[in-house]
Amino acid sequence: MSISIKNCDLFYGDFHALKGIGRDEGMEISENKVTAFIGPSGCGKSTFIRVFNRMNDLIQNCKITGEITIDGQNIYEKSTDITQLRKNVGMVFQKPNPFPMSIYDNIAFAPRTYGIKKRAQLDEIVERSLRQAALWDEVSDRLKKSALGLSGGQQQRLCIARTLAAEPKIILMDEPTSALDPISTGTIEDLIRELKKTYTIVIVTHNMQQATRISDKTAFFLMGEVIEYDKTRQIFSNPKDKRTENYVTGRFG
Amino acid sequence: MAKIMRKITDGILFAATWFFAAITLLVLLFIIAHIVINGVPYLEPRLFEFTFTSENVSMMPAIISTVFMVFLTLIIAVPLGIFTSIYLVEYVKKGNKFVMLIRSAAEMLAGIPSVVYGLFGMLMFGQFFGLGWSLAAGVLTLSIMILPVVIRTTEEALKSVGDGYREGGYALGSGKLRVVFRLVLPSAVPGIMAGVILAMGRIVGESAALIFTAGTVPQIPQTLGASARTLSVHMWALSGEGHHVGEAYATAVILLLIVLVINTAAAVIAKIFTAKGSGA
Amino acid sequence: MPARADYRKKLQNILDNLVIMCRHAEDICEQSVAAFVARDLELAQNVKKIEKTIDKLERKIEKASLRLLVMEHPVASDFHEISVALKIVIDLERIGDQAKDIAKITAQLTDAPVPESIKQMGVIVIHMLKDAVRSYVNRDLELARLLDKTDDKVDAIFDIIMNELAAAIQKNPENSKNALQLIMVAKYLERIGDHAVNIGERVEKLIQGKI
Repeated sequence: MSISIKNCDLFYGDFHALKGIGRDEGMEISENKVTAFIGPSGCGKSTFIRVFNRMNDLIQNCKITGEITIDGQNIYEKSTDITQLRKNVGMVFQKPNPFPMSIYDNIAFAPRTYGIKKRAQLDEIVERSLRQAALWDEVSDRLKKSALGLSGGQQQRLCIARTLAAEPKIILMDEPTSALDPISTGTIEDLIRELKKTYTIVIVTHNMQQATRISDKTAFFLMGEVIEYDKTRQIFSNPKDKRTENYVTGRFG
Repeated sequence: MAKIMRKITDGILFAATWFFAAITLLVLLFIIAHIVINGVPYLEPRLFEFTFTSENVSMMPAIISTVFMVFLTLIIAVPLGIFTSIYLVEYVKKGNKFVMLIRSAAEMLAGIPSVVYGLFGMLMFGQFFGLGWSLAAGVLTLSIMILPVVIRTTEEALKSVGDGYREGGYALGSGKLRVVFRLVLPSAVPGIMAGVILAMGRIVGESAALIFTAGTVPQIPQTLGASARTLSVHMWALSGEGHHVGEAYATAVILLLIVLVINTAAAVIAKIFTAKGSGA
Repeated sequence: MPARADYRKKLQNILDNLVIMCRHAEDICEQSVAAFVARDLELAQNVKKIEKTIDKLERKIEKASLRLLVMEHPVASDFHEISVALKIVIDLERIGDQAKDIAKITAQLTDAPVPESIKQMGVIVIHMLKDAVRSYVNRDLELARLLDKTDDKVDAIFDIIMNELAAAIQKNPENSKNALQLIMVAKYLERIGDHAVNIGERVEKLIQGKI
């Protein structure tokens, strides 16, 4: 599934957090590609990624205008089924947040939410999700143990598996490796490359090398605006906007 | 020079800390020793007989009444407190006037002397609802009294649960109910338990509010409508009459033991839950 | 407040050294052609010294650039600066080699006069190199693109020189050794022109930011 954004504005009370994203010709996030959002802290990239699964709904006084279309439907219409939306658009967070329950129950959390109760069916989903997240071999003998006993990298892959168990089409990742060591980061990056064959992935990252390693397209955010959105190769070899150039070369100040 | 000065200041501060800590400890030890020395000689098997007579001021009925009182009060106050807290923390928008009202009311209730609760309970439950001096009136009064404690601690416990669980739950498409009851509440259990223990301590130690509402009948209550005295009230009654001061001390020893058991149990339970539910 | 001050300093240092190396390359060409035309053996000795300096600079720039790539991961324009620097130093080093070879031949030549065509070629090639360096320093796309055309001229002159010298050998076979050495010099000059063209191409890429 692709995402298209038309003239999206977002306010936190009086604060204008996102300013006219996709204002002229619109912004398109392509299917089966990895799209990276980069930019300095507070530039709105994390806010923007949360627009796609309406996580901003949880924040008081948050107002969104414009058109966000996923699978041909404006997700901010009244008729939108948020549960269905979040089933389609999964999310992985900066800090691994496995629930305080067993590995099995973590993965089965989403399917159970959607009403799957049959043991055999759940077993199958748990195994498939863990395999997809490259975690099965490490945890298959301790599915009933607490998920909190896993290492940081394993926990994050568990969170990815938990998201996959909902059978989403799009996966949002908000700095998924910023709390992890380089080896775990590498494993997750491999995983992302593998997952993009099946899913559309949007990732927020502060690590520009990570953006160059795994993303196909990159959007550079500054003060709530998308300054430049292009092929990652283009952004990092020959950016069109001086501000992008200054940011990626670290001249930013 | 500066170095020497710093050493001297350090030394003085260290000595002062030590001194005041020692005083606190000594006071505590003195009280315990006093109670134990005065009470243990009077601890006889007959004090644990099931009927109270004027010859044998048995505390067994009071122990049983205390257990009833604690159990029944918690059954009313804990669910009420927990659900109120869930509403306040998870459902209401921040800055809501009504919530601020509830919160300040709860805080005020926490500061009111228990004798006032007793008076209120007597008028409200005893007279208006016609419950008289009874276990039921006592339970209802104490429930109101400990409610602020339960709400406060539960609120804190819920707030301290990392937003990671909530975000994770919502991101998977769960509704509020499932997120709160499946993810947030289980993680808040250790904190809630601490509040419940605190409340139990207040129930066990309460006398003033109960004298007005549950009365002082020293027998095992047969119905909710019967009057009953808890250990604290029993102690107050014995020492007040002046004939059974020794037995009052013996009661104090048992009270101390019960509090000790409750606290230990609380620590153990909290530990079990923490081990299970720690993390994000 | 610009960030990454240390990185910026290191990058600037590399680029400064590259400009210095460019100047040395211009010098060495001028001096070796002058030495060759005037049979100035002393000047020819000096050429060897400059060649050593150029070699040293090449190694220095290469090392610093590779280090910067590994340690600082430059991207965008910074990346192009470094990658172009790494290539230009190779051209400059080769230019130094050719100039040294011309100086070497100077010592072995007889007193026979240097053909005008070779002198003319020397002037054009030196001019090309200067244009190449200028296009790099000033980021001058037009100038860089012009080099290719000038090189066609150099190639034409080289053909003329070859014909001239072939005729000279036929006329007087005893002169053949001298003539062969002259053709070598012409070839070296032609190579220097090619390197100048290379530099122009690198500058073009640098300005366009293409990979």
